[in-house]
Amino acid sequence: MTLTRSEKRTILEINELTVAYQHAGEWLEAVRDVSLCIHGGETYGLVGESGSGKTTLALAVLRYLGKQGSIRNGEIHLGDLDLLALDDGELRQVWGSSISLVPQNPQSSLNPSLRVGDQLVETLRHQRSLSQQDAQTQALKWLEKVRLPDPGLVAERYPHQISGGMQQRVMIAMALCTEPKLLILDEPTTNLDVTTQVVILDLIGELIQGQETGVLYVTHNLAVVTQVCDRVAVLYASELVEDASTQDLFSKPLHPYTQGLIESIPRLGDTKGSIQLRAIAGQIPPIGDVPSGCVFRTRCPIAIDVCETRPPLYPAGDSRISRCHRWHEIDQMEVSARQPTRSRIAEHISPNGEQPQTLKVNDISVHFPLQRSLSDLVRRQPAKVVRAVNEVNFNVKPGKTLGLVGESGSGKTTIARTIMGLESKTSGSIELLDLPLPDKLSNRDLDTLRLLQMVSQNPEEALNPYLTIGDSLRRPLMRLSGLSKTQADSRVVELLQTVLLPPTYADRLPGQLSGGELQRVAIARAFAANPELLVLDEPVSSLDVSVQASILNLVNELQYEHENSLLFISHDLAIVAYLADLIAVIYLGSLMEISAPGDLLQPPHHPYTEALLSSIPLADPSRRGTPIHLEGDIPHPVDLPSGCPFHSRCPRLLGEICTTQIPPWQIDAESGKQIFCHIPLQELSTFQEHIVFGETSYPR
Amino acid sequence: MSRYLLRRFGFLIITVLLTSLLVFLVTQWLPGDVCRIILGREAGQGAIETCHQELGLNQSLPVQYFTWLGNFLSGDWGVSFSTNLPIYPVVMDRLQNSLMLAIVALVISVPLAVTLGVVAGLNENKPVDGTISVGSLAVVGLPEFVTGLVLIQIFSFGLRDRGLPYLPANSSIPPGTSFLEALPMLILPAMTASLVLLAYIARLTRTGVLEELKQPYVRTADLKGLPRRTVIVKHVLRNALLPTITVIAISIGWLLSGLVVIENVFNYPGLGRLMIFAIDRRDLPLLQAVTMVTVLGFALANLGADLLYAVLNPRIRLGE
Amino acid sequence: MTTVPKTTNNARGVAPSLWRRLSLLLRKLYARPISAIGTTITLLFILAAILGPLIAPYGENEIIASEARQPPSPVHWFGTDNLGRDVFSRVILGAREILVLAGVGTLLAVVFGTIFGLLAGYSGGWLDEGIMRTFDSLLALPALLLALLLLGTVGQSQYSVLIVIVIVYIPIVARVVRSVVLAVKPQGFVEAARLTGESQPRILFREIMPFVYPTLSVESAVRFSYAIFLIGSLGFLRVGVQPPSPNWGLMVKEARPFASLVPWALFFPAAAISLVVIGVNLMADGLKRIMS
Repeated sequence: MTLTRSEKRTILEINELTVAYQHAGEWLEAVRDVSLCIHGGETYGLVGESGSGKTTLALAVLRYLGKQGSIRNGEIHLGDLDLLALDDGELRQVWGSSISLVPQNPQSSLNPSLRVGDQLVETLRHQRSLSQQDAQTQALKWLEKVRLPDPGLVAERYPHQISGGMQQRVMIAMALCTEPKLLILDEPTTNLDVTTQVVILDLIGELIQGQETGVLYVTHNLAVVTQVCDRVAVLYASELVEDASTQDLFSKPLHPYTQGLIESIPRLGDTKGSIQLRAIAGQIPPIGDVPSGCVFRTRCPIAIDVCETRPPLYPAGDSRISRCHRWHEIDQMEVSARQPTRSRIAEHISPNGEQPQTLKVNDISVHFPLQRSLSDLVRRQPAKVVRAVNEVNFNVKPGKTLGLVGESGSGKTTIARTIMGLESKTSGSIELLDLPLPDKLSNRDLDTLRLLQMVSQNPEEALNPYLTIGDSLRRPLMRLSGLSKTQADSRVVELLQTVLLPPTYADRLPGQLSGGELQRVAIARAFAANPELLVLDEPVSSLDVSVQASILNLVNELQYEHENSLLFISHDLAIVAYLADLIAVIYLGSLMEISAPGDLLQPPHHPYTEALLSSIPLADPSRRGTPIHLEGDIPHPVDLPSGCPFHSRCPRLLGEICTTQIPPWQIDAESGKQIFCHIPLQELSTFQEHIVFGETSYPR
Repeated sequence: MSRYLLRRFGFLIITVLLTSLLVFLVTQWLPGDVCRIILGREAGQGAIETCHQELGLNQSLPVQYFTWLGNFLSGDWGVSFSTNLPIYPVVMDRLQNSLMLAIVALVISVPLAVTLGVVAGLNENKPVDGTISVGSLAVVGLPEFVTGLVLIQIFSFGLRDRGLPYLPANSSIPPGTSFLEALPMLILPAMTASLVLLAYIARLTRTGVLEELKQPYVRTADLKGLPRRTVIVKHVLRNALLPTITVIAISIGWLLSGLVVIENVFNYPGLGRLMIFAIDRRDLPLLQAVTMVTVLGFALANLGADLLYAVLNPRIRLGE
Repeated sequence: MTTVPKTTNNARGVAPSLWRRLSLLLRKLYARPISAIGTTITLLFILAAILGPLIAPYGENEIIASEARQPPSPVHWFGTDNLGRDVFSRVILGAREILVLAGVGTLLAVVFGTIFGLLAGYSGGWLDEGIMRTFDSLLALPALLLALLLLGTVGQSQYSVLIVIVIVYIPIVARVVRSVVLAVKPQGFVEAARLTGESQPRILFREIMPFVYPTLSVESAVRFSYAIFLIGSLGFLRVGVQPPSPNWGLMVKEARPFASLVPWALFFPAAAISLVVIGVNLMADGLKRIMS
């Protein structure tokens, strides 16, 4: 069923599209009966998690499915053109001229052996039949349009010589220089830092302003969609479950899945003390193995008998549809997919008397010398040094969580690895429970090792694929806790239950578990020997959104039970602010600000924190803010700016003092915040007092 | 890139020196007294001692080594023990022969191999790919004495017995034969060498093409609307053939000195046969000279391959 | 995240035993026609090598002058050669010669090569550099030449050929193993093992070795085929192998002058070595497809 809105020209019309992939002799449906309609000048968001079929849909529109995929049913029309009826030659005509793609991974989407400028010129020459000379001029103009610094120089470079943000700008230039009718963006900013993401999104918005281009924006990130899109279609397990204007969808979602998605993302301002994240139960069904009837039935909190019949797309108001039998009840608020808030268990009252800090990190620096190049050797210059971490100081109190927030190149992972003994520090000291912590892993005895455990970002790499879950869990129990095999076996069952996995999983191999389940096992393993400090390095970054909440809740619960300390590292400020008792913001190897989460949203802010806060897209379409754009890219830790590390990009640069002198740590009298800046806190507060972060306009 | 190349060059020097040491030591251990072999069994002790002195065999090993190394580098390769002829011209002549054979083998095999590999890669799992893949798999391990004899049977005896023009089965050419004169005699041995190379290079190229086809930049090129042929040639092959080029350069090393069996089958006077000759007769100086030339050839070919790769791959040429 | 379903059938539900794994492997090898052919050929030759003396009707040097130069017949399946020796028996016994020698040599090369590769890959630093540089110099010469050089010194007997195979192939195996170790070492689970205080040997064997086995098995098959090639070539050159050994290469060499009179004496050994090499290569390719 298609929706028609204004009299604007229809750019793309998809009707009842079904796409399937062939695997081991069977056809598995990745997209089922999906219809949507994009008009000129409209940005249409396509939201879904892994297995939702969103990328497949985009590739189907492009007719670039590969040998394994096939369009089984349905129609795709680009304007008047029936895309499915085109042969190979006609398709190549359409590609580039009428449809363009900005893909997810710009690095591998550019030919590594051709100069960047040449690749852009190639597009222009082919599509516009320009001469080499003219094409080169045009190419430079476009590189300027996408705000690349020094376009002439960039054009001479090879892809590996420019940063991810710059590569993506080039891809955008290549996609838009042919003035296509339809622009497809497939997770264009997923691999970029939040501060870069903001710039890229604004750039795209600017470039298509006033044009009649239809835009299909494919992403898993709901918040970005609210900032950028006019309409949203939500996909789950190959089906379209809801379709509405962005405003309508967010102010009142009419499908339990959408509701669940919106509710499971921690919002700026939410803390573990104020709210519990609402996780969607269960796992995303694997492709080709979806539940009968309503695909969301097995995870839906309000599923009833009728849900065993597949719901059609119900018209649910003005220009919106929902694939839920109970949409009307949700609309009338008779039934809520929202689970009741569990009030946070009261905070522990710390016992009297001095307790040792769990972790004291004193002035640690981690520098990696680089091999000298030949020219350096000849000129007798000393080896360049990558200053990943510079004189960082922080403490983690017993039973508390310290959140460390930073973007790429900030040094946060290096700090984690140094604490764990996987990297050596260049200077400074670390104390665990007031005892000095040996630098190298091999110098730490078993008791020390037991106190310190880590969970890493990539759950697929966390477990040896050749060992069973039970084997992996037994190891810390037997080695660090000294249990016998039989004791360990029963403890393994307990552990699995704590992380909400069935005991039968002990005999399974990691290849059979999903990402979320694997991460639970990794967490169980980390908690197994009851460490004093647990370091979590981006534990949810590679997981689907609907699964993230359950992992965060799990970590919270376990910490509360075991009363251990956590060092939680992430690039996602909202998540960190949710979980942490204290937040430290790190940039280019130095801490910029230390603040309690409750005070995070109030001025004064460090200018970097301010930029970070403004870059976080709010899942509230009525509040499209004007995020702060940071100039340029994050400098490489080899070329560390002198003075304040942030001065090269600081929008509130004070003056020469910032470039020459290292800033002092200023303490805000009211909140106790520590800010690493030359600007007097009073001034910062004055400048920043009108900015409000993190408020949403609808009730939770 | 310069640092990278310097490392490779330094490594070349070290390898050559290490191998020269190895060669020197190994030949010292060849059983049998050299002087006794030269002078015959009935020679008296005095004559043997004089011979030792003349050949410098009574000096300490390190002295002998450095003397030898110094001489080698300056082109004085001494005289063969068994033939009493100066070594340098003989080795050079043989080297020239081996080079001629190598060139013909390369010319025959490389274009064909690359084409087959590309065709196979572009048609994955289709019959043409299956044939090329299995065919090269079967051929790649066949010993050259088998393939050589088979080729002789087909193109020499077979054609001759049918009264057709045929290729010679024996390729022994006198020293100083020019390239053109030698050509008819080079064809069969070159074909034999080509078979192995063909199989190897075709497989490598096929793998390279398959790998590159999976890369996202191919999609980008397609989506520009470029014709498929342009995408393949300008984008895919440019990256896919990089490892192949390296391998071809390395193969030159093998072609120069690894063709012992082929030279034996066809009676071709190359470096390989010379080496066997030297081993059989315990001809130390000849053996040392031939081995050094071989190793140098190999090492230079490897270095050439590295250089080529560094120049062609922007990621190495320009660094990160 | 994956969009392809993970296998849910329980063939891989529980970590299987060695026996099951081997039979599963054989089944997979026989699933595709090409590797099935290769495996069959290889197994047949191995069988011939093992049963050698039992199935060969004549001794390897039994000379029956009166029956020399006879074409294939029911009495002499492959005919007799110039001297009057039964070609079939010599081919069968030659299988034992070549395959056993190649097999043992490959096994030793694989064992030692793996040890070196593990050490170099896991330790890194000076040990890695030292081992690899030494091996690189050994690899500076083509295998056959190195073999010739060594045989010229060590003396020419079966044992020296064995030593030569081992020396020539250790560097290659080490290099392959080392690259696997380097790929696995930085992965999360290895670090997790280190963080639980596992000793280095245990990490090597428990965490890393399972990854080495697949590549190693393919490489072993390939080395085996090259070893056969090498021994045959040495036989043809009459280096390290002396008459009257039933080495196929040597047989071809000896038969060559009489090729017009007794072509079968040349054909069958040549066919034998070709077949076995092709067979092992096809099997190795099948293994490679299975492992990846």
